[in-house]
Amino acid sequence: MTGRKSEILQGTLDLMVLKTLDAMGPLHGYGIARRIEQIGEKALNVNQGTIYLCLVRLLQKKWIEAKWGTSENNRKAKFYSISNGGKKQLIAKTENWLRVAGIMGNLLQLGEAK
Amino acid sequence: MARIVSVFRGDALDRELKSEIEVHLTMLTEEHMRCGSSPEEAKRLARIEFGGIDQLNEAHREVRGLPFVEVLLQDLRYAFRSLRHNAGFSVFTILIIGLGVGASATIFSVVTRLLIRPLPFADSKHLVWIANKSDDGLSEWGTQADHYLDLRAQNRSFSDLAAYFSFYSPGDAKLKRNNETEGLNSLRVSLNLFSFLGVQPFLGRTFTNEEAKSRWNNPGVVILSNEFWRRRFAAAPGVIGQTVTLNDRPVTIVGVLPQSFDFEGVFAPGNHFDVYLPMPMTPETNAWGNLLAVVGRLKPGVTIDVARSETGELAKEIESQHPERNTLRPLLTGLDEHVVGRLRRGVVVLAWAVGIVMLLVCTNVANLQMARGAARQKEMAVRIALGAGRHRLVRQLLTESIALSCCGGLIGIFLAIAGTRILAGLETFNIPLLSGIRVDSLSLIFSVMLALLTGLGFGLVPALQVPFSAVHESLKGSSRGSSATKKSAWIRNTLVVSEIVLTCMLLVGSGLLTRSFLNVLQVDLGFQASRAAAMRVDDSTSYSTRAERDNIFGQILDQTRSLPGVGSAGLTDVLPLAGDRSWAIFAKGKTYAPGHFPEGFIRIVSDGYFQAMGIPVIVGRTFTERDNSSSGPVVLVNETLARTIWPHQDPIGRILMCEGGGSPGRMVIGVVADVRHRGIERDSGCELYIPMRQSDDVDSVYLVVRTALPPSAIAGTIRAALHPIIPDLSSNEFMPVQELVDRAVSSRRFVVALVGGFSTFALILAALGIYAVIAYSVNQRTTELGVRMALGATVGNLQSQVLTQTLKLAGLGMLVGSIGAWCLSKALESLLFGVKSTDPATFLGMVFVLTVVACLAGYLPALRISKIDPMSALRAA
Repeated sequence: MTGRKSEILQGTLDLMVLKTLDAMGPLHGYGIARRIEQIGEKALNVNQGTIYLCLVRLLQKKWIEAKWGTSENNRKAKFYSISNGGKKQLIAKTENWLRVAGIMGNLLQLGEAK
Repeated sequence: MARIVSVFRGDALDRELKSEIEVHLTMLTEEHMRCGSSPEEAKRLARIEFGGIDQLNEAHREVRGLPFVEVLLQDLRYAFRSLRHNAGFSVFTILIIGLGVGASATIFSVVTRLLIRPLPFADSKHLVWIANKSDDGLSEWGTQADHYLDLRAQNRSFSDLAAYFSFYSPGDAKLKRNNETEGLNSLRVSLNLFSFLGVQPFLGRTFTNEEAKSRWNNPGVVILSNEFWRRRFAAAPGVIGQTVTLNDRPVTIVGVLPQSFDFEGVFAPGNHFDVYLPMPMTPETNAWGNLLAVVGRLKPGVTIDVARSETGELAKEIESQHPERNTLRPLLTGLDEHVVGRLRRGVVVLAWAVGIVMLLVCTNVANLQMARGAARQKEMAVRIALGAGRHRLVRQLLTESIALSCCGGLIGIFLAIAGTRILAGLETFNIPLLSGIRVDSLSLIFSVMLALLTGLGFGLVPALQVPFSAVHESLKGSSRGSSATKKSAWIRNTLVVSEIVLTCMLLVGSGLLTRSFLNVLQVDLGFQASRAAAMRVDDSTSYSTRAERDNIFGQILDQTRSLPGVGSAGLTDVLPLAGDRSWAIFAKGKTYAPGHFPEGFIRIVSDGYFQAMGIPVIVGRTFTERDNSSSGPVVLVNETLARTIWPHQDPIGRILMCEGGGSPGRMVIGVVADVRHRGIERDSGCELYIPMRQSDDVDSVYLVVRTALPPSAIAGTIRAALHPIIPDLSSNEFMPVQELVDRAVSSRRFVVALVGGFSTFALILAALGIYAVIAYSVNQRTTELGVRMALGATVGNLQSQVLTQTLKLAGLGMLVGSIGAWCLSKALESLLFGVKSTDPATFLGMVFVLTVVACLAGYLPALRISKIDPMSALRAA
């Protein structure tokens, strides 16, 4: 293990999944997990199984939809896609995230500059 | 919504997730194989990357469903499984809780009926009982008819007054139908009584003003009680307007009362009335004296104190305007206070007793749960090791105990329903409102709450014992001597000691009450109740003159005395403990201020009465047949009267004057023993006996028979023998005199029986508690005891050690309990009779009983010591 894995912030995974689905279109659980891993350069400490908890949460909030379909390898799999409500949430959450990240960044750089 | 659905679709959703995971794993495996891993290695890597599947399943369920309900269902399933596993423990616990809840809910129903709920009449809190204070202020009299009319017309505090004839006696109305005579219990009521109490007739109407002017002997109309209407007229709606023969006069049935109308339950507990007749307020009835019981309804906004002073003033005014009437000194009490006031203490004691029992049940079950919890420590430890959270385990234990207590509660509710049925059926008891006692919604809520609280109460203690710190040790099974077990031993000992304390208090209470009850039964009543029986024999229609009457009664006595098995027979106008009347009396030549005459209770009796009733004659002679209208008027007095009127003198031959006894006064011919006529716990007061042949003032006549046979065996013979003399002798009412005594002590018997039952239950619970704790500690110490035996301690040594431990606990409990009982028993004082609240015999008896029980409960586990094999104990160590 690389020892550089960071703990994932509560709620961050939701945002990642939403963004992934928004960018890539309908995906199955494995695809989502792969995608997040690629982006995160394996730096995130996520069990792939955790994705499914996140997915069921998002389904309950009706931010994503699920449909059974066939994968590229001709396997039956459940495909998830972002809903209109999810898109709105994504915009709102992204704004919020960027604002918080900006504030944190400024704050931390302030400390370093001293 | 989706969550609720998911609770029921759990299995389908689980399957869906499973196939999703499978697909995911396959894809992951293929990915790894593409990267060059062997199939096994790829599978392994995929699993690692995916994470724990079971945890995911669990978390998934929690996220998608209603975790609370699911966990609850799961806990319940588990609880029932584990309770079934321990069937003995479970059944026992459920039974204890059931008994406790049942007893509490029953008593609670009594408490609500008697003390909390209003009387079963409209707006009953404004009803006031208006008695007439006697001259000595100690007893209550009735009110004279004219006084009642004046009070009703002139008072300003009451919106209305109503009254009924308070000298009713069983069988005082005779219904003749198809040549058969039945003795009925009738009550004379003022016209407005029913509307006054807010009662609408079930059928027909109530009395009209015209009917108030009827003559006593010819009431003309009658209203039936609902019960009598069902019993005798098969609930036929056509009875209204029918004419029946009552006391040989035709009367028209004008109404039937509703079933809910419980007059006797409030005003005459232990009686029941079949028919209601109008009470004429005429000069005739006025002349008879203080006959009426009066109830008033306060005007809105008027307090009872205002009414009291206003009525007092008014009474003085009326008294001064009518010096010819009897005295009038109204004594006002709230009707509810009048009805249940004397019982309040008893009911409160019962409530306390049952509360203590319930506490005992809780401690006992907590104790059992703890012992069981200790046995389950390993199970708990395993579950903690497997990842169960503390919160979750505590919850599981609480679910178990609440499930237990709810089962117990269910049994309790059934018991309470049965218990209240039994109480409601106790007809001969002179406790008001008893027949109206039901398990109502209030008591049901109470029992359910009680069961739940019990569950929480006894579940919490063991739940907090869940061994978190000592998982490791528990798993190894060597928790011996750890601080956790020391703490739990301390808790268990405290529980047992408090059980003993509570039992102590109950035992002392019930001991004192039982002793009082026995004292009451031991009271010298002045007559011999056993083997005496009474039957009402008067029938005013079969004679019109005193000579005819004397003749008929002479025949009745002769006939009865000639029967085999009859020792003696006599007549009286009033039976002991069943009503009374009094006149003013004084010695000839002595004068008193009006209203200050001594009060004498009158009994008009025939020759043979004293032998039949078993009243001892102190000096002089009793009546003979020759004491009749042609001989000089004579009287027998009791010892109290003789002492009061002629202190330190010989009363024989002196002349006693009495208000209603005719002008010349009566010569005292003898003194008889005091009879506790007014009540077993009240002294007899001045009594005088007038020969029946010298008085017309007789309303009812009872034949009293002393027999060697059981009264029920001789009833038929007597009735047959008397048939030629009084053909329509009513077919009911042949009553053992003992029944009168029993009825008089019934409310005391009621309290004693219940408190006694509770304390027996408490004793059993305490014994079980002691047993459980000692047995558990012997079990825990098996190894230690084995080592000691190996080192040379004898079985006897160790056994006596265990017994000493038991007695230490019991001793401490009894010490604290005695102090508690000492303080609490003061509250019982007003219920005690002939015994002090600090009665040393009762306390010593309690100590004795508890010591014996504690020894027994400790001895049984101590016996086990002899079965310990030192070798195997050593090996286990």
